[in-house]
Amino acid sequence: MTPFVNIYRVTLTYRGSPGSAGVLALQDNSLQVERGEFAAVVGPSGCGKSTLMKLVTGLVRPDAGRIAVDGKEVAGPVKIVGMAFQNPNMLPWRTVLDNVMLPLEIVQPHRSRLRKEKKAYREKAEALLATVGLAGFGDRYPWQLSGGMQQRVSLCRALIHEPELLMLDEPFGALDAFTREELWCVLRDLWHKLGFTVILVTHDLREATFLADTVHVMSARPGRIVESRRIDLPRPRDIAVTYEPAFTGIVHDLRGKIAEVRQQA
Amino acid sequence: MNGLRNRLIRTADATAPLLFTVALFVIWEVVCRVFKVDPFILPAPSRIVEAMIRYWQPLLRHSFVTLWTTMVGFGLAVVFGVALGLVVGWSRTIYRSLYPVMIGFNTIPKVAVVPILVIWFGIGEVPAIITAFLISFFPIVVNVATGLATMEPELEDVLRALGARKLDIMLKVGIPRTLPYLYGSLKVAITLAFVGTVVSETIAANAGLGYLMVQAGSNFQMSLVFAGLIALAIEGIAMYAVFAYVERKSTRWAFRSSMSAGA
Ligand SMILES: Nc1ncnc2c1ncn2[C@@H]1O[C@H](COP(=O)(O)OP(=O)(O)O)[C@@H](O)[C@H]1O
Ligand SMILES: [Mg+2]
Repeated sequence: MTPFVNIYRVTLTYRGSPGSAGVLALQDNSLQVERGEFAAVVGPSGCGKSTLMKLVTGLVRPDAGRIAVDGKEVAGPVKIVGMAFQNPNMLPWRTVLDNVMLPLEIVQPHRSRLRKEKKAYREKAEALLATVGLAGFGDRYPWQLSGGMQQRVSLCRALIHEPELLMLDEPFGALDAFTREELWCVLRDLWHKLGFTVILVTHDLREATFLADTVHVMSARPGRIVESRRIDLPRPRDIAVTYEPAFTGIVHDLRGKIAEVRQQA
Repeated sequence: MNGLRNRLIRTADATAPLLFTVALFVIWEVVCRVFKVDPFILPAPSRIVEAMIRYWQPLLRHSFVTLWTTMVGFGLAVVFGVALGLVVGWSRTIYRSLYPVMIGFNTIPKVAVVPILVIWFGIGEVPAIITAFLISFFPIVVNVATGLATMEPELEDVLRALGARKLDIMLKVGIPRTLPYLYGSLKVAITLAFVGTVVSETIAANAGLGYLMVQAGSNFQMSLVFAGLIALAIEGIAMYAVFAYVERKSTRWAFRSSMSAGA
């Protein structure tokens, strides 16, 4: 069976101004993610993690190698994905509910149905907000919400069009430790409930270990996956698991690996 | 208790500018009387008011000319400024290459072109309209273009990955987030447009407050010159207030979100 996301020997150079050499961001990079799997990518800053996300979503084309999602070669924007970043990127002139519904105004077939079935879609968005603990917050504006709440809204916006693939680029990086752990659980529950595939980029090894089925470690630039580690901790996982020796052992191993690849840079 | 205090502070906030203006005129009057200032140099407010009452008809007529020429010039600046701003801000590449050129153009003193305009269009309202247009055009272009071009790249990525076209992105995100920039620039542009009109009127016109003031000055009617100045100030402040109000009403989210970001 072919993997759901297949990144095969991909190389990408950012061309700078004409004449300059450009930046070799990824070289001969391969990564496979199964359908329904929770994959995490960790690596030193600037190693090309965000670039990897752009490649999978079709925002950037590779110079060499192949990328396929759901068996289809990526040749442009991939509509079955949802994305969220460290910055919640809310539109401050829209209410929370209207922010969540933004993708529906873009993606077909929702785009043409939205006007007729406005009520049904609103109910769906409200239900999604409720699952992340924001029931009744739909009429508020983003600036009335805390950072953690805004990030929950951002997750809802990424999921409203029922994508099969969720791409998260350091989504919890700007939050305090308690809020971050709360949001790990929110994401964990959403994933259990909806069953999408996730690629999570993070620099937090505990976060990767707690959430993921597989943690991929990337080398310094030019980025390449140098190790893929399966996390066999039983599910569903509770925050308490992060204090168990098995968990801290894995985090230690990963930390050692990262230190190694940083030395080589 | 606290509510009352807050209300008092808010009332004080609202009335302070008015009190300050009144105080300024009172001090002016007192200084003129106590030091017996020559009315040909600086007429006391009471004399200015006298002149305003005596000459209310010509004042009103010339004020109206200044107002409509300013509004026409400003209106043209809004239409063409927004259009050019949309074009320039559409792509970051265009923005980056044109921005220095625009700033360069903006530093040319527009007043210097008035003599040229007079040669081209003769004396009258046309040079005033064009000067008002030129002087208020660039701030609008620059602000609209900046609003569009500084859109968060990640947000653009989110939408592009969903298959949004450039037009979708502009309509859903670019243009709404540019509105506060636009309204902010309108406030500035309208006051600049008045400057342009009046300067042009002082050089090449036979109507308008600028013209009136020059005429009154050469007849040594200093209190009428100042009356013209006050009329001008009233027009300028009123238009500024209108656009400040429009800005507050239509883009309240921008004030709120920046306030919460600042807190
Ligand atoms: N649009 C771009 N143009 C040129 N270089 C870029 C661009 N985007 C990223 N880079 C460079 O590519 C490298 C990888 O960037 P990125 O994928 O953002 O890293 P990460 O997300 O792992 O921190 C960095 O050295 C960065 O400077
Ligand atoms: Mg990054």
